[in-house]
Amino acid sequence: MALTFAATPRSAAPAGHRRPQSGRRALSRHLTGWAFAGPATLIVVGLSLFPAVWAFFISRAKWNGIAPATQVGWQNYQRLAGDPDMAAAAQHTLLLTALFVPASIVIGILVAIALNQKIRLIGFYRTCIFVPYVASAAATGILAGFVFNPQFGAANEILRNLGIPAQQFLESPGQAMYIICIIALWGEIGFTAVIYLAALQDIPKELIEAARTDGASPWRIFLHVTLPELRPVTVFTAIWQTITALQLFDLIYTTTRGGPLNSTQTVVYYIYELAFQTQRLGYGAAAAYLLFAVTLLLSALVIWYGRRRGTEAF
Amino acid sequence: MRRRLPFSPWHLLLMPMALIFVLPLVQMVLTSFMSTAEINQFPPQLLPTSLHLEGYKALLTETPVLRWLANTVLVSAISVVSHLILCSLAGYGFARLKFAGRGLAFMLILATVMIPIQLLMIPTYLMFARAGIVDSLAAAFVPWLASAFGIFLMRQFFLGLPVELEEAARLDGASTLRTFTSVVLPLARPALATLAVFTLLSSWNDLLWPLVAISDDSKFTIQVGLASFQGTRRTEWSQLMAGNVLATMPLIIAFLIAQKKFIATMTFTGLKG
Repeated sequence: MALTFAATPRSAAPAGHRRPQSGRRALSRHLTGWAFAGPATLIVVGLSLFPAVWAFFISRAKWNGIAPATQVGWQNYQRLAGDPDMAAAAQHTLLLTALFVPASIVIGILVAIALNQKIRLIGFYRTCIFVPYVASAAATGILAGFVFNPQFGAANEILRNLGIPAQQFLESPGQAMYIICIIALWGEIGFTAVIYLAALQDIPKELIEAARTDGASPWRIFLHVTLPELRPVTVFTAIWQTITALQLFDLIYTTTRGGPLNSTQTVVYYIYELAFQTQRLGYGAAAAYLLFAVTLLLSALVIWYGRRRGTEAF
Repeated sequence: MRRRLPFSPWHLLLMPMALIFVLPLVQMVLTSFMSTAEINQFPPQLLPTSLHLEGYKALLTETPVLRWLANTVLVSAISVVSHLILCSLAGYGFARLKFAGRGLAFMLILATVMIPIQLLMIPTYLMFARAGIVDSLAAAFVPWLASAFGIFLMRQFFLGLPVELEEAARLDGASTLRTFTSVVLPLARPALATLAVFTLLSSWNDLLWPLVAISDDSKFTIQVGLASFQGTRRTEWSQLMAGNVLATMPLIIAFLIAQKKFIATMTFTGLKG
């Protein structure tokens, strides 16, 4: 015994000695890595992937959160397909997204170009345009209720001075969604403008100079030099703003709460009502899964479109 | 000065634009100091005749608004501190340390970005209910303890740092944690500032999480408090605007004081770095 003990280490010393220690070192390396990355990973994954999987099981049940759930298979999804409220909510959401995303990109670029001028007061202008982004959507909604108040709001006062008849704005089923889109833009343009401003300042000056010495007009420079340079940022902004539009909740909650006549009931708001007002948890979860599928599809489309345009340009 | 710089036509575009963005906020502040009679007169007036404090007084006596503000400050502070610590640690781990499961863990984190908050509302509420934190401030800050965005931002930043400094520290015998805190973190100030600003904005302005999880009005954050107050006082505009001022001005003033840095941190969002 003693011999083997003595012999083994001696003969196998180099390999045998290193292996356990490198194993221990590897273990400590893994542990150190997990000590750094573990807590945040646990929180992020635990608060999103885990509930997302759970939501799928809830979506296949009929459940009010109190009484035991009954498994109904795909029934919630089947009923969603024929639900007129869901169809209306999807339509409102698509309208909002179709208005909000292009508008925030176009206005964001225009505002950024204006803010990129080296003129007096430019710091003041930048501050003004960014301030609404800092205000919460809840407060913005309450403020908008005042500004667009049909009786004594500032918006109708401006229209009156222009000789245009007073409007109902948020109280009109035909106008409310457009007004909400305008309010959302008011709050978000500061963010897109700042992102585009940074991108504009990153465009190499030589590129613009070269085009100018070649005799290109400012419009052609914008079209053929500036815009292509902004493309990666536009892909980022398009995805970011699509998510913002699809998930818009706070603003609707503090302006119309889905009304008038459900005209501003978006999918998100509908899910909130289903789950937390009428306690139809399973049906609400199914609607949420549908929204998730649409979000994924739209983001994939935007990325694909951006890539295709990107490869065409170069 | 004025004669040397020619008047730029851009002012004709920028001036009205700036007014559109700022005037509603100015009107919010002015209206909070008006009496109900002044608000209801026709045509509407922008300026109050004198400083009326009725709106603020009514808000302070009829609602625990100061409690709501204190709750919000606490929730935001916990969110920001936790974000800075956990996301910078994780970002460094994913950028520099080699450990089993690193690739998979990072993939999982990236995948969570695609999951919309609405999908999480119902199960998260149920999780909070089982954990017994419904109707407590924890329900407002637990969703903001760390985020995929924060981890990703910090990882990108650390990947861009030259590795030589850390190697030198390691050769001097410093541990991984010591290298991180005394060599890497001091260099990460711009990224940490960005993370702090975004977390502060999201947690302070969050409505959805506290709305679904908190119904005890002494545990409300300011946003939920405002929204519920609005539900009962739809026409008390001076009180509503006073509440709006209290909810938005802390962040707006902070922004005006630190705006140069603030905007720099917004643009830092990984688009430049």
